[in-house]
Amino acid sequence: MNNLLRLEEGGARIVTDDPWVLVRDVEGELPDGSVILPLSRWLQAPAQHAVWLGPDDEVESLKPWFDALPLIALDFPSFRDGRGYSQAYLLRTRLGWTGELRAVGDVLRDQLSHMRQCGFDSFAVREDKSAEDALKGLAGMSVLYGRSVIEPRPLFRRR
Amino acid sequence: MYQYDDYDRALVFERVAQFRDQVERFMTGELSEEEFLPLRLQNGLYMQKHAYMLRVAIPYGTLSATQMRTLASIARDYDRGYGHFTTRQNMQFNWIELAQVPDILERLAQVEMHAIQTSGNCVRNITTEAFAGVAADELMDPRPLAEILRQWSTINPEFLYLPRKFKIAICSAEQDRAAIMMHDIGLYLYRDDSGQMLLRVIVGGGLGRTPILGLQIREGLPWQHLLSYVEAVLRVYNRHGRRDNKYKARIKILVKALGIEAFAREVEEEWQYLKDGPAQLTDVEYERVASAFVAPDYRSLSDTDLNFGTRLAESPAFARWVMRNVQPHKVAGYTSVVLSTKPGFDSPPGDVTTEQMLAVAEWSEQFGFGEIRIAHEQNIVLPDVPKADLYTLWCLACEQGLGCANIGLLTDIIACPGGDFCALANAKSIPIAQAIQARFEDLDYLHDLGDISLNISGCMNACGHHHIGNIGILGVDKNGSEWYQITLGGSQGKNSALGKVIGPSFSAAEVPGVIERIIATFVDYRESEELFVDTLQRIGLEPFKEQVYPKVLEVSA
Repeated sequence: MNNLLRLEEGGARIVTDDPWVLVRDVEGELPDGSVILPLSRWLQAPAQHAVWLGPDDEVESLKPWFDALPLIALDFPSFRDGRGYSQAYLLRTRLGWTGELRAVGDVLRDQLSHMRQCGFDSFAVREDKSAEDALKGLAGMSVLYGRSVIEPRPLFRRR
Repeated sequence: MYQYDDYDRALVFERVAQFRDQVERFMTGELSEEEFLPLRLQNGLYMQKHAYMLRVAIPYGTLSATQMRTLASIARDYDRGYGHFTTRQNMQFNWIELAQVPDILERLAQVEMHAIQTSGNCVRNITTEAFAGVAADELMDPRPLAEILRQWSTINPEFLYLPRKFKIAICSAEQDRAAIMMHDIGLYLYRDDSGQMLLRVIVGGGLGRTPILGLQIREGLPWQHLLSYVEAVLRVYNRHGRRDNKYKARIKILVKALGIEAFAREVEEEWQYLKDGPAQLTDVEYERVASAFVAPDYRSLSDTDLNFGTRLAESPAFARWVMRNVQPHKVAGYTSVVLSTKPGFDSPPGDVTTEQMLAVAEWSEQFGFGEIRIAHEQNIVLPDVPKADLYTLWCLACEQGLGCANIGLLTDIIACPGGDFCALANAKSIPIAQAIQARFEDLDYLHDLGDISLNISGCMNACGHHHIGNIGILGVDKNGSEWYQITLGGSQGKNSALGKVIGPSFSAAEVPGVIERIIATFVDYRESEELFVDTLQRIGLEPFKEQVYPKVLEVSA
């Protein structure tokens, strides 16, 4: 994918050599190389490819395949649809997914810090937006009152 | 009052800087209207009919004299010299320039205020009752837990793009003055026999298009689990609430669809993973926050004051004001005073001028401890006024147009800004309120009628809480013209009820006459000192309908 940001040791960077291709079609020919498939299609031959989930998909269904899965992507059909945040929380905290968790779809600068706090570590910024510009949105605020995936202790336990 | 520490301060200032940047990017076209919309809403900024409207949070309705002076200065410097108190204890400024909003927010941040999450599909301002901490019938002060919830819900990354707005209220008194049955989550705080603080959790209440009272999902929840339990409710809602239709997206629709038992099961199941985890509140945190709400240094006063007694006897107008606008206090010799923002035709309900705000700030220091409350009925409360000062305060309040003795009476109308300002409204609210107030100017008559609540909303969104007014008026649109539907029998508090529609709607010009006929019916059937709601309960809607819709109509039909 192009226009990708990834969190790595020492900070975030723009990735220019990402091998993954996001496939939205549920049927038809697959492109060569590494593909991220919609859940229904991926289930036909799990363990071969990466998968992306829509906000209606149950994250629990992926649990048996964690060892074989190279990457999980969560789709934001609209940046105003917040289900992906809870899906990310569940994948990271309850189900114990430690591999790459990528935000795809309507991924924009002003929501990146929330996504990061909910456990996403790569962000496929919407194609018409500048990844360089979006990078500025990753940090967010220095204060988090509640808790999140990356800071499970609420502020009152850190104050 | 809660005082910000370095964390709280850093957060509001960083938020201002972040929004300043977003406003700039919007103005240069880098952000589209669609992309900017939820960002500005979560900073309290609406686009109304004529201008931007900024809604400033007044957490649980409590503010200091300094904060009130800042609101006054914003009204003077950035608006047209007034602001509007809402039914959710916030303040709205109606005539705001977008480019100036970051400066306004900066000025608010300097006095520990903000407009964060006063709009948008997120957890909104946490509300409680205006007499928290001072009410004679209070079990516990609900404000420490309200503040803890405020902090926890502020920019909580998982819950900023919920299906719809989410309102939480908390109450801990004999009388429910926080309308907890009308919230997405209503919390009732009480103690068991051993003194343990417990919560009753109610979900799925709300007004709007589908008015419904909340249902209890949990009794006896130890207070330490407040945050984890609310988190469980929010996660279930965020995952499963409807997003295909904005009118069916509130949690009440999800609760209805699943049934309260199934919904409660989902929440309990989710909560099993969270309870006893890091979100569990600690005594240390409770104490830290609660220490900000300790009672001020009340003087030891006699419960009777000679001068006060003399004034009561000499001035019937003062006595009337005391009867309606002064509330009992838990400390001897003190009272809580309600300043009515509803003097009648001169000023729309909830509107307060710069000069009035400055005066209120002054009085809060002169006659109290510099603290002010906003009631959800859109009035202002001075919580700690000695009885001996009531007469002086009343004289000053009258000079400022804030001394109207109509609390709880027919003219103490709750009204949204309506079609004069609001882009959502189907009809105007303010002229209707004013026309009714003009028709019922005689205070003696109003006092004889006793407690009657009259609530007006300009549209289905029900910001004027029309469903829970004894008399409710709802603005509706019929073929492009403004009509008003009347409901009777709504009430708030522990005996909450939703009003029932009495029949076809009326034109604006007809409304005051209709209200007169409703009141006349009440007077005809009333037994001794009976309250309006009790008479209605006893005789039902029919006698009112007969008076309001004369038989002539049936004959001609």
